[in-house]
Amino acid sequence: MGEYSVQELTSILAMQGFAGISLFSVLLLMALGLAIIFGQMGVINMAHGEFMAMGAYTTYLLSVMTQTYFPEFMNYYFLLAIVASFLVAGLFGYLTEFVLIRHLYKRPLDTLLATWGLSLIMQQSFRSIFGAREVSPTLPDWLMGSWMPTDTIFIPINGMFVLALTAVVTIGVYILMFRSTWGLNVRATTQNRVMSGAVGINTKQVDRLTFALGCGIAGIAGAAFTTIASTGPTSGSLYIVDTFMVVVFGGAASLFGTIASAFTIAQAQSILEFFISGSMAKVFTLLALVIILMMRPEGLFSIKVRK
Amino acid sequence: MSYFSRRKFLGKTGALISAMVAAGFITSTAIAADYPTAEVNTTGLSVTDDTVTVGILHSLTGTMAISETGAQEAEKLAIKQINESGGILGRQIKIIQEDGASDWPTFAEKSRKLLVNDKVAAVFGCWTSASRKAALPVFEKENGLLYYPTFYEGLEQSKNVIYTGQEATQQILAGLDWVAEEKGAKTFYLIGSDYIWPRTSMKIARIHIEKVLGGKVVGEEYKPLGDTQFGSVINKIRLRKPDVIFAAVVGGSNVAWFKQLNAAGITSDKQTLLTLSVTEDEVLGIGGENLEGFYSVMKYFQSLDNPNNAEFVKAFKEMHGEDSVIGDVTQAAYLGPWLWKAAVEKAGSFDVDKIVEASRTGEIELDTAPEGYVKLHPNHHLWSKTRIGKWNKDGQATVVYESELIEPNPFPEGYQ
Repeated sequence: MGEYSVQELTSILAMQGFAGISLFSVLLLMALGLAIIFGQMGVINMAHGEFMAMGAYTTYLLSVMTQTYFPEFMNYYFLLAIVASFLVAGLFGYLTEFVLIRHLYKRPLDTLLATWGLSLIMQQSFRSIFGAREVSPTLPDWLMGSWMPTDTIFIPINGMFVLALTAVVTIGVYILMFRSTWGLNVRATTQNRVMSGAVGINTKQVDRLTFALGCGIAGIAGAAFTTIASTGPTSGSLYIVDTFMVVVFGGAASLFGTIASAFTIAQAQSILEFFISGSMAKVFTLLALVIILMMRPEGLFSIKVRK
Repeated sequence: MSYFSRRKFLGKTGALISAMVAAGFITSTAIAADYPTAEVNTTGLSVTDDTVTVGILHSLTGTMAISETGAQEAEKLAIKQINESGGILGRQIKIIQEDGASDWPTFAEKSRKLLVNDKVAAVFGCWTSASRKAALPVFEKENGLLYYPTFYEGLEQSKNVIYTGQEATQQILAGLDWVAEEKGAKTFYLIGSDYIWPRTSMKIARIHIEKVLGGKVVGEEYKPLGDTQFGSVINKIRLRKPDVIFAAVVGGSNVAWFKQLNAAGITSDKQTLLTLSVTEDEVLGIGGENLEGFYSVMKYFQSLDNPNNAEFVKAFKEMHGEDSVIGDVTQAAYLGPWLWKAAVEKAGSFDVDKIVEASRTGEIELDTAPEGYVKLHPNHHLWSKTRIGKWNKDGQATVVYESELIEPNPFPEGYQ
């Protein structure tokens, strides 16, 4: 590597470090919603990716509307879009729980089939409404390009934005789950549904809001990912495998497990990818996951329960 | 509008006559009575005294619907225009459309349905190589006829398929020659999605770069289909400092790839990038601002400046909406019905064997193709020009280079 200066190598090292952290934030944001739904409620939501796509399409719609009616607000619409994505996906999640999921709590494997069916219905609806072609919201200028702390270091602004958003959402979820009465109710319901009901917690209401919250966060993730990837009817399915991988590897019921797992997978993936080719990096990452899960089926972190 | 070679003189007065045809002033000279059904259809195809049935087989649902929508729209446009100008051998074309649903076995099953149950005279369809490979045995067994529109990796020549897109060498070699000459490129970084088309294409590219151009491949990378994280790859590219990034990333990954390149500060003022996999269709998803100044190598761009294309773009937008865009494959799909018409009229028959024989004479040509003049080679591929387009912010390309007509060579010696 004689032809590279020390400065260049340092820059690339720094950028590579950021690539890893950026991937970590993406994985975590994807997985947070599912960690709540799967981790807290035990519902295998195969339509999680489609709720993300719903957020992405909401962003797209707002982008088009802003451009048509209020072009002077183009710089700010994206923040509104994130809130709107949360509300739209959350509301739809609320309805889904009411119509579909609540009838299946006693048959957890059937939720897998039902939500998979839901995901197909949602995909085809996106296709019918928005067309089969991929769409791209117009991003505000401040989200484009990169920040250059030195001449040779380029840090993508959209990556930093996703990172910041992930931090906000994660802290929000933490406060909600572990520092609020509502969170206490959710955790109580998870641990012992009958007893929770007996002490006066409206467990049905808790279920519905938990599911809605998980879907809403998926919507936020979808909105954020319009800055880095594509929005098409089937984009959601690109994310679902990675999402489950993070949640299962982290230990289903543990928020910290999800964070640690996203970090481990992201770093392994991005470091390996730097040295070997993309496909092989993925193979090795998955192989390592399989081996670790064989030795620790409950994942990295798990709540100890008396069996 | 198109005329077969025997009536090539009509082409001279092209625009005027086609306008008159469209307006119904002139009806086709071929009337069905000159071609009795018993004579033009000896193999029991679905041909009556005044109609002939064809199949369209593309994915209307599933992942590939994104790409295949344009192709089937173009085929319908071509068939509508042929019908308006009097049909084929005096017969109106009827369409049976099937959905391949982005699922390769479904393509095989629907092909069988079209050929065996519906007895269609020809099928316009398939998009991915995988779907073509799945349907191919059915077409060969039932002796059907498939017009396949996508640019693809080559290494195939079936009696039952006419390939209206470019095979790999037509697209790749001309593109590489151009960057080597125009940009003085010596070092190349190859990146593609991980499946047959990018891998075969990159294999050809590498041989051409190393053996013919005397350049150097400084990196070759394949990403899983659907992968959306390119951070590490982009850093690797930075480390290797290639003169040219040569890319064949497809689908959702394609969008992520260009968005992240742009965000990482790798833009066209600092880096030359030539891609095999971006047409106007893809630009919709990627966004013109992320592509500005990068190059695509294709045989067709919507912005091509010639009277045929102006008319085609206008007709396409009239039929499918003002916002619709036309990519390379869409145009190639549009050629299918016209090439079939020319071959049927040359053969004077709908029999597949006779059409194939007519197609192999090397005399089937279209003066009126939107991409300009094309001619069918006896090896079932088209002679065509290769163009380099430089993308603008508005999602259209400026054509900066146009080759001579390039002979199709699906089995390139020394490149396998």
